[in-house]
Amino acid sequence: MSYGQTRALKGATFAVDEGELFGLIGPDGAGKTTLIRILASLLVPSGGSATMCGADVVRDYQAIRQMVGYMPGRFSLYQDLTVRENLEFFASVFGTTVEQNYRLIEDIYKMLEPFANRPAGKLSGGMKQKLALSCALIHKPKVLLLDEPTTGVDAVSRKEFWTMLRKLKNEGITMLVSTPYMDEAAQCDRIALIQNGDILQIVSPKQIVDSYAYDLFGIESKRPNAVIKALRADSRFQSSFLFGHEVHLSVEMRSIAVDAVERYLLENGIETIAVRRISPTIEDCFMSLMEHNNAIG
Amino acid sequence: MKRSNNSIWGFIRKEFFHIFRDKKTLLLIFGLPVAQLLLFGFVVTNEIKDAKIAVFDQSKDYLSLQLVNKLVSSGYFILSDNLSNASQIDEVLKAGKAQLVVSIQPNFAAEFQKQGVASVQLNADASEPNTASILTAYASAIISDFAAENSGMPQQTLVSVQSRMLYNPDLKSVFMFVPGTMALILMLITAMMTSISIAREKEMGTMEVLLVSPLKPWQIVLGKVFPYIGLGFANALLIIILGYFVFMLPMRGSMVLLLLVTLLFIILALSLGILISTVSKTQQVAMFLSMFALLLPTILLSGFIFPIENMPVPLQWLSLIMPPRWFISALKTIMIKGEGLAFVYKEILVMLGMTIAFLSLSIKKFKIRL
Amino acid sequence: MDSSIVISVNKLVKKFGNFVANDNLTFEVGSGEIFGFLGANGAGKTTAIRILCGLLEPTSGDIIVAGFNGYTQRDKIKANIGYMSQKFSLYEDLTVWENIRLFAGIYGVSRKLIQERANLLIENLGLEDYRNRPVADLPLGWKQKLAFSVAMIHKPTIIFLDEPTGGVDPITRRRFWEMIYEAADAGTTVFVTTHYMDEAEYCNRISIMVDGKIVALDTPSALKAEYNAESMDEVFVKLARNSQRV
Repeated sequence: MSYGQTRALKGATFAVDEGELFGLIGPDGAGKTTLIRILASLLVPSGGSATMCGADVVRDYQAIRQMVGYMPGRFSLYQDLTVRENLEFFASVFGTTVEQNYRLIEDIYKMLEPFANRPAGKLSGGMKQKLALSCALIHKPKVLLLDEPTTGVDAVSRKEFWTMLRKLKNEGITMLVSTPYMDEAAQCDRIALIQNGDILQIVSPKQIVDSYAYDLFGIESKRPNAVIKALRADSRFQSSFLFGHEVHLSVEMRSIAVDAVERYLLENGIETIAVRRISPTIEDCFMSLMEHNNAIG
Repeated sequence: MKRSNNSIWGFIRKEFFHIFRDKKTLLLIFGLPVAQLLLFGFVVTNEIKDAKIAVFDQSKDYLSLQLVNKLVSSGYFILSDNLSNASQIDEVLKAGKAQLVVSIQPNFAAEFQKQGVASVQLNADASEPNTASILTAYASAIISDFAAENSGMPQQTLVSVQSRMLYNPDLKSVFMFVPGTMALILMLITAMMTSISIAREKEMGTMEVLLVSPLKPWQIVLGKVFPYIGLGFANALLIIILGYFVFMLPMRGSMVLLLLVTLLFIILALSLGILISTVSKTQQVAMFLSMFALLLPTILLSGFIFPIENMPVPLQWLSLIMPPRWFISALKTIMIKGEGLAFVYKEILVMLGMTIAFLSLSIKKFKIRL
Repeated sequence: MDSSIVISVNKLVKKFGNFVANDNLTFEVGSGEIFGFLGANGAGKTTAIRILCGLLEPTSGDIIVAGFNGYTQRDKIKANIGYMSQKFSLYEDLTVWENIRLFAGIYGVSRKLIQERANLLIENLGLEDYRNRPVADLPLGWKQKLAFSVAMIHKPTIIFLDEPTGGVDPITRRRFWEMIYEAADAGTTVFVTTHYMDEAEYCNRISIMVDGKIVALDTPSALKAEYNAESMDEVFVKLARNSQRV
């Protein structure tokens, strides 16, 4: 897929199993939205093909539109219609009623119910997102395409949202979710890490962590910025980045020991609170893949 | 089919919610016709009152005196000068002492009675061409009226007279403005509002969701336009009622025919609105396109303000493709002349053709993808 | 008053009609501090930031920003702070150089200084090749760094960052925070909002707003200890879960 001169997606190849919760993880501009729009039959790929439940996204777009539930990246409901009216409208668009599939959205809608008569534009971010999900679900789609449903939403609402998705998985709905938040990857069955239009890797969250090719240290200190500067000055250290209350340092496997790191920092005038070996998070893995990708690309 | 009916009704209900929740726009939709009509009817009038005329009466018989009397007593003209020779015609016009000079041939009464034809020459100050044409039109109307009264043969008029004036014996400019305003308002409300409301869905991202639904383009379009057909029609009725009761506009022809023609025009304007929306991504673009592509031509080229007969020939041709031109013409024929279908079938066919052309073009251009 | 305090807010209340957006906020931010301002959607963060930036007048309470009064000297406040948000910061159709010149001009930097600082900024960011190209051509990460540097061009006392790293890849996000540390080390106070809870850990102190009130205000480690939590994420969820507001 390419826009003008920019190739938004370069030869993405992947398959999602029925009933799977599949994550597209990558930063803004990685090509997540383009990919989801192609699957939603909103864009035609410049090359290659895609099918969902046997329907080609270009040729059989009408079949696709019957079975897909789609939640675009930005809030796309009618702000001047109430919660209830939005839901009823989208039900009618799919030739169904709210009552018919109420069971599917019951859990989510219960949280919205107190505000049934409030215009959608006056809801908070978390509630808007719940309403958008309800509207995308109201026709009981086979496949749910969610484009960055948690962007700009606070941490609590994000957690609630993923709980809802896990429940929907039990209903047998196949889901493709994109997100820039690496920590959400752990919630998916499998994830595709995507950057600059390339799919870096398709793995399960556990596999990606297992295949991490470096030793990782967590360094806690009062001056994280100074730690980073000191570590970057020595080529023995692969990469070092801020990571929560620590600095994460990656080095070649078995190339250096904990106390050696401690000593090096002390030699550079930095006292550490704790230096320990840690297992990588998905974000660590993604960052190492990104760096690797940038180095060869 | 039940399924698509359900979708359409859901869509239409949603459109009505949008319209009735947006109180400002609603006020505009119904306040605008009233304001426009009053504005054009009372303020921006090109009606003639007390225009100065000079008379060069070379006959001075009973009939010529009667004619001059009739002109002056019409209320439109004041007699400023009686001229005694032809050279003065130029003088008074140049000096601005008169805007129009009426020259009556010698032996006016005798000629008229003998042959049924006599000549009256009108010289107008054409430095203001619009006023001049209106003045001569008014004067010719009065003169032909006079001729008809005195001979019983209206066909054989003394001077060539614009037919429009013939059927507007009171010479009220309101007769021109009411149909014109109606065309303008219907164009504004239906075409502009639909194009903006479709563009709004694109801008807000809701079109993206509609596209991914099983709704077909024609369902989206129909759902969008249906409410505006209703609004447009309500507006048309409001304007007709205002015209009838406030401006004493005659309703000589068939009301049913009038309403049918109006409905056709509304659908025509809507199809234009849809066409505009297919090429505009934002509400702003839709609005500007409607303004320049629809409103200005409606005002300038449809014969609403400037008579088509007075336009340069290329502009006259251009006016042929202006939808309001045909609507205004049909309206006048029905309301003022009181003619039936036989006299407006051409207008109806043209409008029908345009509607089909615009609609098929829009459905072709309507994108089923982003 | 302590001269190292650059933001001082005492019993700040902001009402919109009957709705209390900010309910009795009291806090201070010191010079060179990185202050994380967290809260759920709709908790009242945006309103508070607008007041601190001099865009809104509070309903009641005392407020001093960069030494100026939040009621009477709002223009002075605006001249002494920098502001950057993820949503809007630079004009995409203007070149890098034009953006710098525009914003420096808006903040009253003299013509000579603009040249000097712009060159330095472009050099520091390694943007020499992009100097005369539209900002739209820049990769997202660079755009954000440029936006940050432009917001700092008039050397403000305080810089407000409203979700500066939303949607950015994890490496760029961290590089951005390294810039924030640099600025703070140089004495600029950083007032930042974010939805990334790991970023909350990078702050010296953080406040958490729930339903218009500040319910927690301390260093990340003290808060984790107080709420018996492993990470800031847990602290936040424990606090914000009780929110009544939607």
